[in-house]
Amino acid sequence: MADSVAPAATTEHAHSHPDYVQHHFHDATQQRESSKFGMWVFLVTEVLFFGGLFAAYAIYHTWHPETFHDAHKVLDWRLGMLNTFVLITSSLTFALSIRYLQVDKVKVALYNLIATFVLAGTFMVVKYFEYAHKFHLGQLPGKYYTYTGLEETVNPHVFFSIYFMMTGLHGLHVLIGMGVIVWLIVRTAKGHFHSQYYNPVEVSGLYWHLVDLIWIFLFPLLYLIA
Amino acid sequence: MAVNNSATTTVQDAPRSALAVPASRDSKGLPHPNYLSDGGKGLWSWLTTVDHKRIGIMYLIVVMAMFFVGGIYALLIRAEHFAPGGQLMNADQYNQAFTMHGAIMTFLFIIPSIPAILGNFVLPLQIGAKDVAFPRLNLASWYVYMFGAAFAVYSLVTNAADTGWTFYTPYSTETGTAVISMTLGAFILGFSSIFTGINFIVTVHKLRAPGMTWFKMPLMVWALYATAIIQVLATPILGITLLLLILERVFGVGIFDPSMGGDPVLYQHFFWFYSHPAVYIMILPGMGIISDLIATFSHRKIFGYKFVAFSSLAIALVSFIVWGHHMFTSGQSEFAVMLFSFITFMVGIPSAIKVFNWTTTLYKGSISFSVPMLYALSFLFKFTIGGLTGIFLGALSVDIHLHDTYFIVAHFHYVMVGGTVMAFVGGLHYWWPKMFGRMYNRTAATIAWAFVFVGFNVTFFTQFILGSQGMPRRYWTFPEEFTRLHGFSSWGAMIMGVGFGLMAITLAWAAFRGRVVGSNPWGALTLEWTHATSPPEPHNFPATPDVAHGPYDYDKVIPRVDEPANAGVGHARPANA
Repeated sequence: MADSVAPAATTEHAHSHPDYVQHHFHDATQQRESSKFGMWVFLVTEVLFFGGLFAAYAIYHTWHPETFHDAHKVLDWRLGMLNTFVLITSSLTFALSIRYLQVDKVKVALYNLIATFVLAGTFMVVKYFEYAHKFHLGQLPGKYYTYTGLEETVNPHVFFSIYFMMTGLHGLHVLIGMGVIVWLIVRTAKGHFHSQYYNPVEVSGLYWHLVDLIWIFLFPLLYLIA
Repeated sequence: MAVNNSATTTVQDAPRSALAVPASRDSKGLPHPNYLSDGGKGLWSWLTTVDHKRIGIMYLIVVMAMFFVGGIYALLIRAEHFAPGGQLMNADQYNQAFTMHGAIMTFLFIIPSIPAILGNFVLPLQIGAKDVAFPRLNLASWYVYMFGAAFAVYSLVTNAADTGWTFYTPYSTETGTAVISMTLGAFILGFSSIFTGINFIVTVHKLRAPGMTWFKMPLMVWALYATAIIQVLATPILGITLLLLILERVFGVGIFDPSMGGDPVLYQHFFWFYSHPAVYIMILPGMGIISDLIATFSHRKIFGYKFVAFSSLAIALVSFIVWGHHMFTSGQSEFAVMLFSFITFMVGIPSAIKVFNWTTTLYKGSISFSVPMLYALSFLFKFTIGGLTGIFLGALSVDIHLHDTYFIVAHFHYVMVGGTVMAFVGGLHYWWPKMFGRMYNRTAATIAWAFVFVGFNVTFFTQFILGSQGMPRRYWTFPEEFTRLHGFSSWGAMIMGVGFGLMAITLAWAAFRGRVVGSNPWGALTLEWTHATSPPEPHNFPATPDVAHGPYDYDKVIPRVDEPANAGVGHARPANA
């Protein structure tokens, strides 16, 4: 008889929580919805964070249209194009990894996460070569600008200030994303994720798509404004 | 107060009210279990806790330490102004003193004060949740706060920034003082604020107890929700602005430098696009506290609940499009200036809706002049003065005369100290028995309130007069003719300092030695009082509360004033008596 009384007294804690559901959530659905919603709110802050730079871009492009037009020719649009392709593919592999987790194909999901990491690395390598080239030529922001190829242009360093700040901040986000992907790879390999629980992969995927999306705006605004 | 028969039956609904009766009491008379002594022992259990209540207490300790540092600077500034320049410090030190006062009070005290301390503590309790949505993120926000505070303190002890808390370019890119560590500190503190904001938004959306509909939420929750929206939408802009300022200073990117094709006014636009909404990050949660206090201590349903709730959201939205009124003299187009002036007047509408609704709630209420209520009433008085002088400043012609004078200083201190700090301190006095299960000495707390109230008005009302006579803000020295008014203002500050000191001692003593109280000493109707013990147990409620009535249904329910039965400590008497 005692057994039948005990659960009634602690109804709240009695319903079984799988270990992946934190104690303060009622069930897995509430947890999943909360984490997704939280990530969306965080992405809003990211959009506004970059929004400051996009506003700066809009203002300075309006004030110095010729500068932007002349200076952007220094950038190699083929490298930008390559990176756009690389990043979009990485978004695809990330999305696939989530899909494979949903159908419990954990191994394939793991391969897709590794592919995402490799593609993100490729993006950074291409970016490294672009940056190194500009450092070499002195196409640098503000007072460090020493390039001599744009003598006719007024204030060409303004363009490079904007270029380095925007791509630099974006690159930082790619690096942070790579760190997150490593964490996901380790946890997937340990078998933490399955069709009932894949929140961290899903919300990190949202973040990764935003990073991808920001690049899709940066690419034409910086490389293709002729 | 009209009470009908059905109300009386609700009161005697024993099973529900019994929820707030502790299972047992420990040797000190406090409920067992409670989050203070049963959530793990020792310093390490606190530093690694994910309990929103403990995180609130951790914020309380560090934020109050910062309030103390900022307050010391305020007293130094006022002591310097007993007579024209050179009483205590030279002009450079004075510039550093007012910068540190402003930066510490803004970024380290007032922004985190209500959301991070009281919000963390009461928000989950008020909506019947076990915790915030992301407890670990909540703990992270505290560590991020500490990290940011370390940078600010580094600036303070090395070569304190002297730019004013607004860090205007070009001076901030040229001065030799430690601007970078201060701005980096503010940048990092922004993340702490964003984490709290995300947590609150998700918690309010997803973790409300069954039956806790949006319009059954206490107005404190509405206010915290509106605040969280601003925190999330505005703080990233400050982040990128301060980052640009740091890049400008370190790499000379030229974005704010006219000689390199940039524009310093752009900095002001960016800065105020954050910092004006930030003013509402500071005042909105205070308005939430006042709504709860006025209803509780008038024992009357809040007048116009939905208007008060939605006016918070209205203020949050309008706050994003008024930033230009900080820059009426910075060279904007005439059209922009007129538009900003007009929209600034509009902010007066939702603010006035709140003030009228609070006043109407008092009307025919059964008012207890408990200590929190004294703060709430002084909020009404001072916030109204602060708000109305804001309308003066929003008027273009008047602003040209008053811009950058002590009138501005007095105006925003009436809103920030007379408004937010009074609400915050009122909230502390209100929830203190919930936090610690103990009541402070009412006489001492009332005396402290009187000192603060008198001292505040002597300090800052005088500054309205100083400003309208033309005394510019941020000046180290002044003409002889202002000595009397400045001296008067400084004496007011000293009185206020004594008041805050007495308040700190009263509250600190009460936390450890105060009379043990029951679950609901004020006779309030929100869940943290009706369903949780004082102090609450580690997971807040014995069972998920079922929300049977609205937060202010004093017309339907007579709340039980709980006192500990045979607690063995102190003597039971209603705190409201």
